[in-house]
Amino acid sequence: MSRIKVELKKKDVDTIREICRSFSNNPDELINVLHKIQHAFGYLPAEVQEVVARELRIAVAKVYGVVTFYSFFSMVPKGRHPISVCTGTACYVRGAENVLSEFRKELNIDVGETTPDGRFSISCLRCVGACGLAPVVMVGEKTYGRVSPEMVRDIIREYEGQ
Amino acid sequence: MNMEMVKLTIDKKEVEVPEGTTIYKAARKAGIEIPVLCYMDLGDLNIEHKPGGCRICVVEVEGRRNLAPSCSTEVYEGMKVHTHTIRVLNARQTVMELLLSDHPKDCLICPKSGNCDLQELAIKMGVREIHNQDIAEVSTYRTDFSPAIIRDMNKCIMCRRCETMCNELQTVGALSAINRGFMSVVAPAFEMDLEDSVCTYCGQCVAVCPTGALTEVDHTHRLIRDLSNPAKTVIVQTAPAVRAALGEEFGLPPGTLVTGKMVAALRRLGFKYVFDTDFSADLTIMEEGTELLDRLTKHLRGDKSVRLPILTSCCPGWVNFFEAQFTDMLDIPSTARSPQQMFGAIAKTYFADKIRVKRDNLIVVSIMPCLAKKYECTRDEFKVDGNPDVDYSISTRELAHLIKKANIEFNTLPDEDFDLPLGESTGAGVIFGATGGVIEAAIRTAYELYTNKKLPRIDFHELRGMDGIREAVIDFDGLSINIGIAHGLGNARKLLEDIRNGKNHYHAIEIMACPGGCIGGGGQPLHHGNFGILKKRMEAIYREDATKSIRKSHENPYIIKLYEEFLGKPMSERSHKLLHTHYVDKSKKIIYI
Repeated sequence: MSRIKVELKKKDVDTIREICRSFSNNPDELINVLHKIQHAFGYLPAEVQEVVARELRIAVAKVYGVVTFYSFFSMVPKGRHPISVCTGTACYVRGAENVLSEFRKELNIDVGETTPDGRFSISCLRCVGACGLAPVVMVGEKTYGRVSPEMVRDIIREYEGQ
Repeated sequence: MNMEMVKLTIDKKEVEVPEGTTIYKAARKAGIEIPVLCYMDLGDLNIEHKPGGCRICVVEVEGRRNLAPSCSTEVYEGMKVHTHTIRVLNARQTVMELLLSDHPKDCLICPKSGNCDLQELAIKMGVREIHNQDIAEVSTYRTDFSPAIIRDMNKCIMCRRCETMCNELQTVGALSAINRGFMSVVAPAFEMDLEDSVCTYCGQCVAVCPTGALTEVDHTHRLIRDLSNPAKTVIVQTAPAVRAALGEEFGLPPGTLVTGKMVAALRRLGFKYVFDTDFSADLTIMEEGTELLDRLTKHLRGDKSVRLPILTSCCPGWVNFFEAQFTDMLDIPSTARSPQQMFGAIAKTYFADKIRVKRDNLIVVSIMPCLAKKYECTRDEFKVDGNPDVDYSISTRELAHLIKKANIEFNTLPDEDFDLPLGESTGAGVIFGATGGVIEAAIRTAYELYTNKKLPRIDFHELRGMDGIREAVIDFDGLSINIGIAHGLGNARKLLEDIRNGKNHYHAIEIMACPGGCIGGGGQPLHHGNFGILKKRMEAIYREDATKSIRKSHENPYIIKLYEEFLGKPMSERSHKLLHTHYVDKSKKIIYI
């Protein structure tokens, strides 16, 4: 697979170690560890997973298995404005798929990718607990409800120049 | 043990089992065989793989809304189970059709055909149609070729047995389930090739794969080509463990020794000389035993530059393991090459000269219970100007195929003897095939070399057996030698971590990557986790040892001659060049792309 090569600085390795230590280097806490690290770095490149595996004393294949299983985790840097389209049951039946394909068309990227200028990335998530507003889209921390394909361009425009 | 018993009925039969038992196991106790697919029970290894993933083993439980996976559902008092209601049969049929809808249907040319759990179950269930196959999505994944193992993930049914072997039994950690849903496969980290991963090629994953997703690299076609080439002299060596298992492929009971028939079959296949890896096992003992004594005496004299324990180095899966994961200890394993490689080095020098055949025209083939051997013989250290000492290695299973293909009636063959000089061996050579055997062989020789006295006994029962980690103290005429033995890489890891933490008091340790040693190797007839079969093979190995007239490696007349005519003495300059090796830190290569 194609992937981004990253050279970790000592400070980055220390951060990862610190996070692992805060969970007592307990392999059962892998998902929580990865959450925290993704929060700190924005994504989870292979080099980071390697350090995590060593710290928690588990196989790096296992770490990679978890990272690829949960759609929340990403191995590519997210955009400055990460777009998450809910494709949970309620959103799905109310047309999330069309909203998603409109985002993909507008930004010319696929799910899990980031625009070349680093501004936007698209991911899917399963239910944000706002089914009454379905279909739901999140951009960063901001939530948009009852989104239709026609609204997509306006949503993107809000972040122009940012 | 004070265990609560639970009474239940399965198909109206009453069963009583201990609390915590699964429906599947309770049914077996009642004589009811529920079909399973992803499930795997490696009883004696204490590994029960029951992910409940495939859903083939579902049963109906009265009062329960949905069907229960019997492999992973525990029984309770008064439970009423039905294993073959129409609802159950329909569900199983659907599950099977769904599995097959995303599985290639080219069984006729699959290397696993006839030995495939999925195929067997499909036959049993009489699947004649896959509904909606025309609109079914079919997942595809690139095929990964390594020097020993081929991963064809299009045939993977996500039973994840391989993952359990790789992570729990072997603690290698090369394989993990990745991705989600339809896209999920079992793969190394970052989906790198097996060759670039921490994989040791132990082949335990291949040994339990229920389909053709994991198979060995097949060299039989190449062998047939070479055997029919008049310009080539093709010779063969057979590992000790092969003779104790090959018969199973021809319907003989486990534990049948087929040494003589195997030799006869190889001769009929067209090998010019049929030799024995047991010969070079004896040679290994000469070199490794001498190295052990050398390190031991230096250590006793207080030489701080010498590290103990010395670890055996015959097992290529084990070598790959420490080269990737214990790189701080590359100086403690013996530098002695494995018997396979010693054989190749001697065959392509000493023996080639004797029969006046040029190195390039001599093809050395090995029959091995092992898949890591396929990789071992491709290593650069074991080549001279690009020409490998051992050209290629084929597994016990491949040999059985070849014998069948060549229309040889194996069971009616006469018993024949190995050729000389590289076919003469001692009982010490043959026990290399079982866990504990290498160290026992080494002690038989090292004792006599060290003490200059005759061994009071030849059988060291304290070194034998199936426990994962064993230890024994052997008296070398007043000097106590502490021996450690591990088989299965998970057990090896425990011993290595003890050494690393200074908690280890052994002088010498034998390690074999596979459970039971080579008799349980990744290239052997499939034992489906039945340890009884391994025990039978082990008994056969020791039986062969007991019937040998010579049972100590240093008494092998052809080994003595080899040293007189060619090598000089153990650890001589020539021995070092031909029979010893060095180890490589592979962790750099592995981390990370």
